[in-house]
Amino acid sequence: MDLMTILQVLDSTVRLATPLLLACLAGLFSERAGIFDIGLEGKMLAAAFFSAAVASLTGSVWMGLLAGMAASLVLSGIHGLASITFRGNQLISGVAINFLAAGMTVLVAQDWFSQGGRTPSLMGGGRFEGITLPLAETLRDVPVLGPIYYELISGHSILVYVAFLTVPLSWWILFRTRFGLRLRAVGENPAAVDTAGVSVIGLRFAAVAICGVLCGIAGAYLATGLQAGFVKDMTAGRGYIALAALIFAKWRPWYALYSCLLFGLLQAVALRYQNIELGGLVIPVQFMDALPYILTVVILAGFVGKAIPPRAGGEPYVKER
Amino acid sequence: MSGLTNGGRPDQAAPVAPAIELKGISKAFGPVQANKDISIRVMPGTIHGIIGENGAGKSTLMSILYGFYKADAGEIFIHGKKTEIPDSQAAIAAGIGMVFQHFKLVENFTVLENVILGAEDGPLLRPSLAKARGVLKQLAAEYELNVDPDALIQNLSVGHQQRVEILKSLYRQADILILDEPTGVLTPAEADHLFRILDNLRREGKTIILITHKLREIMEITDTVSVMRRGEMTATVKTSETDPPHLAELMVGRKVLLRVDKKPATPGKNVLEVRNLRVVDDKGVERLKGIDLTVRAGEIVGIAGVSGNGQSELLEVLGGYADGTGEIIMNGESLDLTGKHSDGQSRRARGIAHVPEDRQREGLIMDYFAWENAAFGYHRDPRFRSGILTNNRAMIEDTERKIKKFDVRPPNPYLTAKNFSGGNQQKIVVAREIERDPDLLLVGQPTRGVDIGAIEFIHQQIVALRDEGKAILLVSVELDEILSLSDRIAVMFDGKIMGERLPDETDQKELGLLMAGIEGDPDKPLIEAVDEQLHAKEAREAKKNG
Repeated sequence: MDLMTILQVLDSTVRLATPLLLACLAGLFSERAGIFDIGLEGKMLAAAFFSAAVASLTGSVWMGLLAGMAASLVLSGIHGLASITFRGNQLISGVAINFLAAGMTVLVAQDWFSQGGRTPSLMGGGRFEGITLPLAETLRDVPVLGPIYYELISGHSILVYVAFLTVPLSWWILFRTRFGLRLRAVGENPAAVDTAGVSVIGLRFAAVAICGVLCGIAGAYLATGLQAGFVKDMTAGRGYIALAALIFAKWRPWYALYSCLLFGLLQAVALRYQNIELGGLVIPVQFMDALPYILTVVILAGFVGKAIPPRAGGEPYVKER
Repeated sequence: MSGLTNGGRPDQAAPVAPAIELKGISKAFGPVQANKDISIRVMPGTIHGIIGENGAGKSTLMSILYGFYKADAGEIFIHGKKTEIPDSQAAIAAGIGMVFQHFKLVENFTVLENVILGAEDGPLLRPSLAKARGVLKQLAAEYELNVDPDALIQNLSVGHQQRVEILKSLYRQADILILDEPTGVLTPAEADHLFRILDNLRREGKTIILITHKLREIMEITDTVSVMRRGEMTATVKTSETDPPHLAELMVGRKVLLRVDKKPATPGKNVLEVRNLRVVDDKGVERLKGIDLTVRAGEIVGIAGVSGNGQSELLEVLGGYADGTGEIIMNGESLDLTGKHSDGQSRRARGIAHVPEDRQREGLIMDYFAWENAAFGYHRDPRFRSGILTNNRAMIEDTERKIKKFDVRPPNPYLTAKNFSGGNQQKIVVAREIERDPDLLLVGQPTRGVDIGAIEFIHQQIVALRDEGKAILLVSVELDEILSLSDRIAVMFDGKIMGERLPDETDQKELGLLMAGIEGDPDKPLIEAVDEQLHAKEAREAKKNG
């Protein structure tokens, strides 16, 4: 395997890890505040569809991104209303959102575009194109470092850079700001926050809103960056993998980056090596496609160690004396 | 303690407004009138005790003062100014701090983070943390409130966690501090330290409201005391002008016996024999280090000790929900200490009943009905079965009988366990265990968090069971309880039995020394000895964690 092949796999890893990372960080904010969110998948899917649809109708990918974020925020609002205001079961609310998104996107797509539940292929300004970072062309011929910079670091769409910058930003917000302290506290012991005179409901809605925005970006990236348009069920379980990555990362931003890169790498390898022959035995393509999901199960079952979720996670806050 | 009173009381010449004045506070929950027309005045720089049985409405009143509930009627004046307190934020702004019975701390945050939570100075944490560090240092020196600011709450002892709660209030510049049952979870040494802190606070002019149902604490530390009964304030008196029997009478509305009335024991054959019992916990620490103990028919053996010295493990092994090595002989037959015949069911079959230490976790299922709870553990009894189904009707009737006999209030088998007060919850557990006519009753902390009326009743039941010729093993951290109930006292320290004494031939001081792991040296003051032991224990734990 030469340097170029490795770089291509890694490059593809970065692209595939981006939506996972955004969704994982979205889940991180929500769950750190004590709201379990199994609806990452549905929010991403809704965002993917509306970003693609609006980008296709307006020709502007930025309008698409906004529409995606708005769609995801609306679903977040429903989740917040059900689980925070009405103290409903968070898992059920999340599952409902996933069903809603899966059905609604295809239905609306068929109604608007009549292309069998997909949006038209996006072209030109309807997509996020790769950005060539400064000096990439110039440095291309420098041995080793040149190709790494040109192939791996440069040439991604803006949302990829946004996703990776969100990691240190999330860490900083969570561990260095007043908002982060309160947000983490409300996921551990909301009674402590309440008796300190801070609104539990306000904090949790803020967390759920951040989750909505990040899922929105993740979905928009899927439909307008990674691919050129929306197709049915295009999230393909990424929301669930993001949840797995979140547990693997023990609800920490930097670990989230590493675990999403790992899951991205698994997907990249599966994509590149569709048929592998091992001593006459051909490993079928279906197995390679299933590999990332199989490994998700294996990793979660065996390698996570003790992952302690936020203590008040999943429980609606009821004031007691 | 007479030297403690009247510390920093403001000059008597100037008329001083009360720090807190409540006028005609009433609050009802549905048909239940929790507070009825309550008025009190608390002068600044004093400690005011509020005493009453569980469910008398003390906590409701304080929750109104802290903005958790809105009163149906009445007015609140803080330092002479009429104040509305719709939420906690308003209470904090009015200078009121509250230390809840169950701490409101974030377990995996540091002390500093807990202290600044909600009282940060700006959007960034760094300056707030630095400021808090300085303030904490100052408060520690001023009030003996020493806590490591960088320690995680989950690694602190209960006493230290409570200090963090007090520090939280002081950091928010509270000058009125409410403490709800603050000593319920503390060891005697920790409680003494807390009282020193409260005394220091009073000297600095802070006003303190102490809610408790322990008469001794009221007598020891307060300047004035109000008594609550059934939602009403029945009396407010100067502490120096009252005594415990009088207060107890005001609390329950009738005279109570603080001493247990019992005949001398007439012990019979050995019911329980424990030989060289050892227990290693899941961290690999040896918690019981070779216990030898005998309990005979018709006697109460009390186990005294500072909590955490192996008493819980002893009860767990005897009750069948922890494994051990050594020998336990019940009525002449050896019990299995591991494996599938070592569980609660097998133990009950051998005539061992168990009133566990933590009724809410081990004794009851809080979300289940009283009648379900009153049958748990015995639900396979033929009386409670019809074929493969349970006979709910029989269970409910049985519960109604128990409720009547044990005076459980409210007398409703269809209420869930969590809707009963602590004392009544305990009565349900005691009724369930005693009514099955066991040969041996294990009782852990029978009156923890239980009001005086129920304490008396439960004590009487235990003595009555003894008089029927049953063997009783009592574990309690309340020395008074051990001394007044036991026919024989064994003191545990660090997983071993330090010695056995007869209640008539010993006193609190000697037991205290044994509890501190000191067999001789009566010259050493008790408090120091206990403190020493606590420090040694903390050091051990720190070592284990680090």
